[in-house]
Amino acid sequence: MIRIVDRRFDSKNKSSVNRSRFIRRFKNQIKKAVSDTIDKSGIRDLAEGKRIGIPGRDIAEPQFSTGQGGVREQVLPGNDRFTSGETFDRPQSQEGGRGSKASPDGEGMDDFVFTLTRDEFMDIFFEELALPNLVKRHLASITEFKRVRAGYSQTGVPTNINLIRTMRGAAGRRIAVGGPFQARLRELQEELDRLLLADGEGDAEVKRVRLEIQKLRARMENVPFIDSFDLRYNNHVRIAQPTTQAVMFCLMDISGSMDEEKKNIAKRFFTLLYLFLTRTYEHIDVVFIRHHTVAEEVDEENFFHSRETGGTVVSSALKLMRKVIETRYASGLWNIYGAQASDGDNWLEDSVLCYDLLNEQIVGLTQFYAYIEIAEDNPQNLWEEYEKVQASHPGVFAMRRIKAVTDIYPVFHELFKKRG
Amino acid sequence: MARKKIQPLPGGSEWSFESIEAYDQAIGRIAQNYGLDCYPHLIEIISTEQMMDAYASIGMPVYYHHWSFGKSFLATESRYKRGQMGLAYEIVINSDPCIAYLMEENTLPMQALVIAHAAYGHNSFFKGNHLFKQWTSANAIIDYLVFARNFIADCEERHGQEAVERLLDSCHALMNLGVDRYKRAPKLSLLREQARQREREEYLQAHVNELWRTLPPQPGKDGQAEEKRFPVEPEENILYFIEKNAPLLEPWQREVIRIVRKIAQYFHPQRQTQVMNEGWATFWHYTLLNTLYDEGRVSDGFILEFLQSHTNVVYQPPYNSKWYSSINPYALGFNMWRDLRRICENPTDEDRQWFPEVAGSDWRTTFTFAMNNFKDESFIAQYLSPRLMREFRFFSVVDDDSSPKLRVGPIHDEQGYQTLRQSLSDQYNLGSREPNIQVWNMDRRGDRALTLRYFSYQRRPLHHDFTAVLGHVAHLWGFPVRLEEQTTAGEVNRLGETG
Repeated sequence: MIRIVDRRFDSKNKSSVNRSRFIRRFKNQIKKAVSDTIDKSGIRDLAEGKRIGIPGRDIAEPQFSTGQGGVREQVLPGNDRFTSGETFDRPQSQEGGRGSKASPDGEGMDDFVFTLTRDEFMDIFFEELALPNLVKRHLASITEFKRVRAGYSQTGVPTNINLIRTMRGAAGRRIAVGGPFQARLRELQEELDRLLLADGEGDAEVKRVRLEIQKLRARMENVPFIDSFDLRYNNHVRIAQPTTQAVMFCLMDISGSMDEEKKNIAKRFFTLLYLFLTRTYEHIDVVFIRHHTVAEEVDEENFFHSRETGGTVVSSALKLMRKVIETRYASGLWNIYGAQASDGDNWLEDSVLCYDLLNEQIVGLTQFYAYIEIAEDNPQNLWEEYEKVQASHPGVFAMRRIKAVTDIYPVFHELFKKRG
Repeated sequence: MARKKIQPLPGGSEWSFESIEAYDQAIGRIAQNYGLDCYPHLIEIISTEQMMDAYASIGMPVYYHHWSFGKSFLATESRYKRGQMGLAYEIVINSDPCIAYLMEENTLPMQALVIAHAAYGHNSFFKGNHLFKQWTSANAIIDYLVFARNFIADCEERHGQEAVERLLDSCHALMNLGVDRYKRAPKLSLLREQARQREREEYLQAHVNELWRTLPPQPGKDGQAEEKRFPVEPEENILYFIEKNAPLLEPWQREVIRIVRKIAQYFHPQRQTQVMNEGWATFWHYTLLNTLYDEGRVSDGFILEFLQSHTNVVYQPPYNSKWYSSINPYALGFNMWRDLRRICENPTDEDRQWFPEVAGSDWRTTFTFAMNNFKDESFIAQYLSPRLMREFRFFSVVDDDSSPKLRVGPIHDEQGYQTLRQSLSDQYNLGSREPNIQVWNMDRRGDRALTLRYFSYQRRPLHHDFTAVLGHVAHLWGFPVRLEEQTTAGEVNRLGETG
């Protein structure tokens, strides 16, 4: 007789252990490939995982084999013109030309190409990154509770009944209460057997014993199968979970001097930042501020996609940031972070104002403030002013220049590297 | 199933458990009529992902964990998702009971094909062929794999994942050199007894082994520089040699080497019988399903769909086609078996001259004999007929790097048949396909270095990429490893040495 087993619903990911081992083993190569991928393509389309390629030679599993040369005879099918003994030239580029040709989508043919899931990709991408100087402030303010199992209780809601415990208790009780009856019953049964053997049916004594057995049975049946006394419930307690509150301010310059490419770089930087924050920290507020001559707070959608432009007054954004902090993120309770992207083009007088604002007020309130200047030419006055801020707030204020798209990831990585 | 009335089998393309069972019964009955001797079998329905999982672990239902299987899974997944490859319709495992996997995406005719191909074709081959009988114990393999997985997981816990992984890397590099190629296995129970005994002897030996002697050599005896080599005869099974003789390995490491070696040995017959085995299974699915059709139990539509997949499987593109990669083992095997049946049933004069014992004999007897006693190289050398060489239009090309041009060797004509057949047979000889590397010596008095010797064949050099593998050998051996090349003329050159 044949047996058919349906395995379709068995666990699918038999290979997941091997897969994660592969990823662990080639972490360095994969990391490099991941950052290359980010340089090449946008970050928004990460939703469905990423194809990445790592050099084939790194992961080769070497074995002894024979190389080219010597005498080789090969039998081939489909002879259409050859006769025995004739000679002809070696066909060109059979083996040699196959080297590292690139395929149309830019992956080297020698690369080992595979797909990382979104989670694997992100894990590798944001590994070893953290918000600097994050401290737990005001533990009591927003306290999350977590429900934890804590033994059993005699009261509770029906959904929490623990069947095993309950039935075990009931069985114990039934044995305890019914035990004496059982013993008595066995005695009577023996007596009855004896009487029946001696006197036969119809004897008065037999009748008496039968009656007693009947009574006993009735009493035994009255022992309830399950009693409210038996009920046990899973008990849960709530344990307070202190959380860290943090807010990130994203300040982006969208003035006219920021051309499409610079804006693109800035947006990609912030996308990266946003992904990093939402992935790594559960409780974090992000405030998006964009500015040209005036600043406004916008939502995520507008921040990344609007096309407004105008002149530049950087201080407007800083003022708005300060105002938002004052009204919504009273500094004692929040870890405050700022990230600002600009091309460094600003009114001369305004740059001094920015210095004052940052140096006197904002940087003091924040845990960390990062400024990125997207410009290829020499730094302008804003950069010089900011350098002064950096000098007076070492470790809290950081500034970097991004010249091309490929700098984004390294700069990001440097700014948010795990410290200490 | 003695019912005379013809009852058609379920039609349509959707399969169900009942219809699979009905087909299996019908095919089983016909297979029995043909006298196929099979293990009982088990059919498992799996999904695409599970098929890819199975690919990654060479089809085995249980296997130990290693990154390289993850790599092959990712590669398969990537290629499959891009449409660069289709998945095989089936995987079949040489075990008792024989396990055949069917993919849920297959249509009903495909499932029938797979059942005939795997559960009856391959299955009977596994049971009958001498290599499988000798080298694999079908009833024990699954248990052994479970043991292997647990043992290796246990080692990882005790000694760390990394140490085990590195050990496995090294073993895998030598996997193809971890099999006994030329030795014949003694009877199984005897084998176990002897092995146990040998191990005991060697355990005792280890205490007196020259390798362990730390006393300085006596000056008087130094004159006997020409000391005996160890091993006295070169050892082809490098993993075996290391397992038994490497001085510094811990017992668990020896056991891991043994596991890899055993599994390599288990797969070795499959590598030697690809043409025969696939051809046999293809021949039988073709014969069994056609018989079903002749009996009127399946419809025209069914047989057409079947024939379409069948012809795809046995298509052999000519050498100059862009689809040509190598000789299709399904095509060659299938045609050889079919041709063999023709020679038995309708021999021509040519066949009578070439195959006097076979021509006109009972084809089932001849088949069983051929299936039981040959492997690819001898099967081709014995049974490839001139007629088939003409049909395939086989010709041979000789590439001698000392001459500027390629030369056409024997072709499918009267003068060429013998040598052409020999060349093709040689192409399936693992011994000439893979480099012949053996343990030549170990330096017991000096630095304990192990010397491997590559016996070159037809002046073919070893691929220059051997350094990495040598590193793996050294990792297992624990002391330096040297590699030499011995040419057919007897010259010996040093190829490399690990630091």
